[in-house]
Amino acid sequence: MLTSTFRPGASLLHRSGAGAKLLGLLVFSTVLVAFQSPLAVLAGFALVAGLYGLGGFGPRTLVAQVWPLRWFVLCLLPFQWWTAGWQVAVAVVGTLVVAVAGAALVTLATRVTDLLDVIARVLEPARAVGVDPERVALLLALTIRAVPVIAGTLHEARDARRARGLERSTRALVTPIVVRTIRHADRVGEALAARGIDD
Amino acid sequence: MIQIQGVSHRYGDREVLSGVDLSLGEDRIGVVGANGSGKSTLARLLNGLVVPTTGRVLVDGMDTARDGAGVRRKVGFVFSDPDAQIVMPTVAEDVAFSLRRHGLGKAEVADRVGGILARFGLGGHLDHPAHLLSSGQKQLLALASVLVTEPEILVCDEPTTLLDLRNSRQVADLLEGLTQQVIMVTHDLDLLAGWARVLVVNEGQVVQDGPAEQSIGRYKALMGAGRPC
Ligand SMILES: Nc1ncnc2c1ncn2[C@@H]1O[C@H](COP(=O)(O)OP(=O)(O)OP(=O)(O)O)[C@@H](O)[C@H]1O
Ligand SMILES: [Mg+2]
Repeated sequence: MLTSTFRPGASLLHRSGAGAKLLGLLVFSTVLVAFQSPLAVLAGFALVAGLYGLGGFGPRTLVAQVWPLRWFVLCLLPFQWWTAGWQVAVAVVGTLVVAVAGAALVTLATRVTDLLDVIARVLEPARAVGVDPERVALLLALTIRAVPVIAGTLHEARDARRARGLERSTRALVTPIVVRTIRHADRVGEALAARGIDD
Repeated sequence: MIQIQGVSHRYGDREVLSGVDLSLGEDRIGVVGANGSGKSTLARLLNGLVVPTTGRVLVDGMDTARDGAGVRRKVGFVFSDPDAQIVMPTVAEDVAFSLRRHGLGKAEVADRVGGILARFGLGGHLDHPAHLLSSGQKQLLALASVLVTEPEILVCDEPTTLLDLRNSRQVADLLEGLTQQVIMVTHDLDLLAGWARVLVVNEGQVVQDGPAEQSIGRYKALMGAGRPC
């Protein structure tokens, strides 16, 4: 998931540059999509699984990364099978799963700040058209950081709704989330200003 | 040294602070007052987050209205809600983020980050996701992220309000030990015991300015006087 699954380690995978890893991921996914065949999926899977091993991550970790895709896969696989045959089904669904596993591996072995540095560097030319790469990177960091905060708000709002006997009210769920998210954004903005980020 | 000269502040046409004149030089200064009395506004004036509508605020001679960035480098600020202050996913990254524009090398940054986190009892959590820390640890992290840039003055707006007794004790102890000048807004009167200077804010004015015992007495009297029945 998005919420910083970085796991410290000293493997070759951890030590190689964030830029190299992102580029590798890009090339890997492109090749995978370009071939889109059961064989490519198999080869890609072998490579990804090997890299998980290299990074010191077990099969459990690998499965946990793609686990959120399970419903999607369960729907897509039979549908593709039925409409286009098993080869296409395996190629399409397998490509997706292997690509996600690869992307997750990069986040497992790379600090978010290092990824952001790369993004800021890649966006450097965009300065010419008025984009501040540092700000884009900061925005991404804040978005990643907001996920657990908003998830917490969701839980609380759901409980509060139940406590008041309003289980079925969408409004009782959405209103506090929107209000608190906006207030949270306000406070974050203020805290950033206080830390001199805006200066 | 912070000087507040003839300051009033309004939000829209509502005046929330009026006629404030203060010289803040003591090591420890507390601020107490009822909800909505203007404490947070007063605190935000001190680092230029709020610029006064009349009068001026000087930090070591720098006007907060003219040199906000310079003032904020000198004056660190800690808020009540640690979740709103932590911007990076992991503990060490959040502290390092404060040093981003300080032009330090990677090793130097890692050094300072490790040092301050060890001092704050978070040395074992460097690579942990910040959202999994306890509230007290989160507040310590927020404090570390502010102090790593070595500000000369620290302003805290209710730094312990959202914490339980043990966590707030821990944060208070840490604040106690700081070499910086600390200006703290709080509803927790125990934190201010023995402080040489505590300001009482009431309806936008500083109505008492003196040692903790006197000021707290005055504050309690004020709160008692408004009690129904
Ligand atoms: N951004 C704002 N816009 C408009 N009014 C505001 C704003 N911030 C504060 N106020 C109002 O100014 C008054 C003083 O607010 P302030 O936050 O300074 O009080 P406080 O003493 O910190 O209160 P509390 O103890 O509840 O934190 C309040 O009536 C508040 O509603
Ligand atoms: Mg306040």
